[in-house]
Amino acid sequence: MWWRTAWMAVVACSMFGQSSEGVSAADVASNLKTIKSVGAEAKGNAAASRAWAELAKADAKSLPDILVALDDASPLAANWIRSAVETIADRELNAKRPLPIVDLEKYLAETSHDPRGRRLAFELLTRVDPKTADRLLPGMLNDPSVEIRRDAVARLLKQANELFDADKTDDAKPVYQQALTAARDDDQVQAAVKRLSELGQAVDLPRHFGFIQDWSLIGPFDNTGKAGFNVVFPPENNDDLTAEFKGKDQKVRWTKTFTTDNYGIVDLAKVQAPHKGAITYARAEFMSDKARDVDFRLGTPNSWKLWVNSELAFSREEYHRGMALDQYRVRGRLKAGKNVILLKVCQNEQTEEWAQRWQFQLRVCDATGTAILSTTRPVAEKKDVTSR
Amino acid sequence: MQRTIITLLALLVLTTSVTAADWRQFRGNDGSGVAVDAAPPTLWSDTQNIAWKVDLPGRGLSGPIVIGDRVVVTASSGFAQDREHVLCFAAKDGRLRWHRQFWSTGRTMSHPKMCNATPTPASDGERIFAFYSSNDVICLDLDGDLQWFRGLNHDYPNVSNSLGMASSPIVAGDTLIVQAQNDSDSIAVGLDVATGANRWKLDRPILANWTSPIVVKGKTPDADVVLLLSSQGVTAVEPRSGRKVWEFAAECGQIPSATTVNGIVYVPAGGLTAIEPPSGSDSAKVLWQSGRVRPITPSPLIYEERVYAIGSGGVITCADARSGEQLWQFRLKGGLYYATPVAAGGHVYVFHEDGTAQVLKSGDRAELVGSHEFKEPILCTPAIAGNALYVRSDGHLWKIAQ
Repeated sequence: MWWRTAWMAVVACSMFGQSSEGVSAADVASNLKTIKSVGAEAKGNAAASRAWAELAKADAKSLPDILVALDDASPLAANWIRSAVETIADRELNAKRPLPIVDLEKYLAETSHDPRGRRLAFELLTRVDPKTADRLLPGMLNDPSVEIRRDAVARLLKQANELFDADKTDDAKPVYQQALTAARDDDQVQAAVKRLSELGQAVDLPRHFGFIQDWSLIGPFDNTGKAGFNVVFPPENNDDLTAEFKGKDQKVRWTKTFTTDNYGIVDLAKVQAPHKGAITYARAEFMSDKARDVDFRLGTPNSWKLWVNSELAFSREEYHRGMALDQYRVRGRLKAGKNVILLKVCQNEQTEEWAQRWQFQLRVCDATGTAILSTTRPVAEKKDVTSR
Repeated sequence: MQRTIITLLALLVLTTSVTAADWRQFRGNDGSGVAVDAAPPTLWSDTQNIAWKVDLPGRGLSGPIVIGDRVVVTASSGFAQDREHVLCFAAKDGRLRWHRQFWSTGRTMSHPKMCNATPTPASDGERIFAFYSSNDVICLDLDGDLQWFRGLNHDYPNVSNSLGMASSPIVAGDTLIVQAQNDSDSIAVGLDVATGANRWKLDRPILANWTSPIVVKGKTPDADVVLLLSSQGVTAVEPRSGRKVWEFAAECGQIPSATTVNGIVYVPAGGLTAIEPPSGSDSAKVLWQSGRVRPITPSPLIYEERVYAIGSGGVITCADARSGEQLWQFRLKGGLYYATPVAAGGHVYVFHEDGTAQVLKSGDRAELVGSHEFKEPILCTPAIAGNALYVRSDGHLWKIAQ
């Protein structure tokens, strides 16, 4: 009978309570291994689901070890692990049991751990004791976690604003400068730049973000009917900057351009002409002092293909769905020495007013958004860069 | 033994939680936007008929869903909108039952009015399926325990839209239907609700599309079909196999979804086109088509044999659902409507972008019977369950009930 079953279940629950079941360290490791095996198209999901249910029974002492597993977890597996941490922490805190604060803080302090895992640890610590943020954030201005860094910058901007509002502008200025140096999110950058401008200090925004300003351009090539996206025009396999190629209407040659836009925008409709059904290639040379993984972050309302050292990094055929800073994040690798970045920027033939933009911006940075500059980039000029 | 007991208890809980008063997906269980047995208040104020109001940790255009005594809502937060939230509140008092968060694995850029948490989640009564503009699909049980996670943009790197995704998933049998139609890689998938594995994956027309799939009930569950809309028309597929059953050529709108009531499908195409799905090898039959009934962003509502469609300029048009003949038009406050209207108790509830709720009496003439200023932007489609209306903004979730 259902009521008897229910009563037995209630009794069982009261016996076992909401407490964890003391999952052994070996079981935690085994379940994590299963979860980290998940892959594309639900590969390993069924096994991971079973492993997750076991892992979520682990006690609070296991939390730092589970967080460490994020260090080499894929983005998919990371979410399974995150959810287990959250579930364990919720259960323990709801039952008024302690979290391993000391070990979580040790994990947080070790900046080589996964930035998102460290942010999760930070949130657990501040959930237990809200004062933790005030204690830790001052030393976390350059944290690898973009969210922790954002909180630290916000705290600094608040401090600077209070000084500014109290007319202590000499004191406010270096605090704004410190906040700007650490800021990676554009809203915080703009907040700092606005005040620094009012205080008479120029900021080199392209340098701050790592926008490439120095480009070689060649085009237009034919993109009538959007047919040129997959056509291999000569610049895709001929890197001779002195060459002349057959363009859409006439022969075309490489030309140099240098954008002074604060956000590194190269407006092809102005630099060249507002061609329709056209393609232009933009090429830049980037000198790196070492081989390294980087983000190529692109913004464009046009279809595009990106090559790094002749290898196609990514391509996307989408026209006029907006343009934004860091619209596309393409993970890639620079080699030591000269690297060639080649971008194909395709314009279609839409006639609407909002479909006339033919432009791009591209920056090179690390995963936190910190600019990585070509070693041959000129030293910053002093200039007022307060307006876009 | 312990596992068995807990499983049995869980089954009991699940059995009791599956009620007729649920609102389990975008526009309710049957996708009509109508709660047949409910009668939420038509008048409320800051101090009257608001049962509770709770804070939300992030933005969202997604509508709430109701499963038994649970109200589930999604949100997204962070500078890049890349923190995905699923929250579950007690319907009775608004107490937070649980809150789970995830990291986006796909692109989160969207039009400023949209955000990562734009699609409404869905439930089969046992599981919750949260879907985001990032194309992440998260499956949780009713207690918030993760069942599986999919990153469709992770798996298919060009499945994304720089303006954001809005299509809400639906459950058809034991398959979750997700439509992710874009200018670049454009797909629809049927996922096994138990594991998230693809049952099928269809290439869809290459053009951004923000409509949600719908289920058209057959004479038996095996005869149900799912309708997918595109700029090329309506495609009916078998939920479990993705096999195309029939097609209807039409230039469908890219934003409003189709609505089906009593076996008739109302397709936002050429204004609005009412079609009767084919039986056997016939073609779909056009019952009527009207350019005067023209849903722009909100989907059409079919209620008490009338069609309600919000067009440009905030004009709501009411037409006879049998003939398409226009009955009346009424200029609502303001011009920008994103929320699809919902209906219950003889009334139609509409929400303006600025947070103005307006309640119209359903009938052959326009009659505004109530309004309320939430004073916060509301772009979600509300839920109705158990004589209560649930509505959310970027910052709050309200239960409107006596």
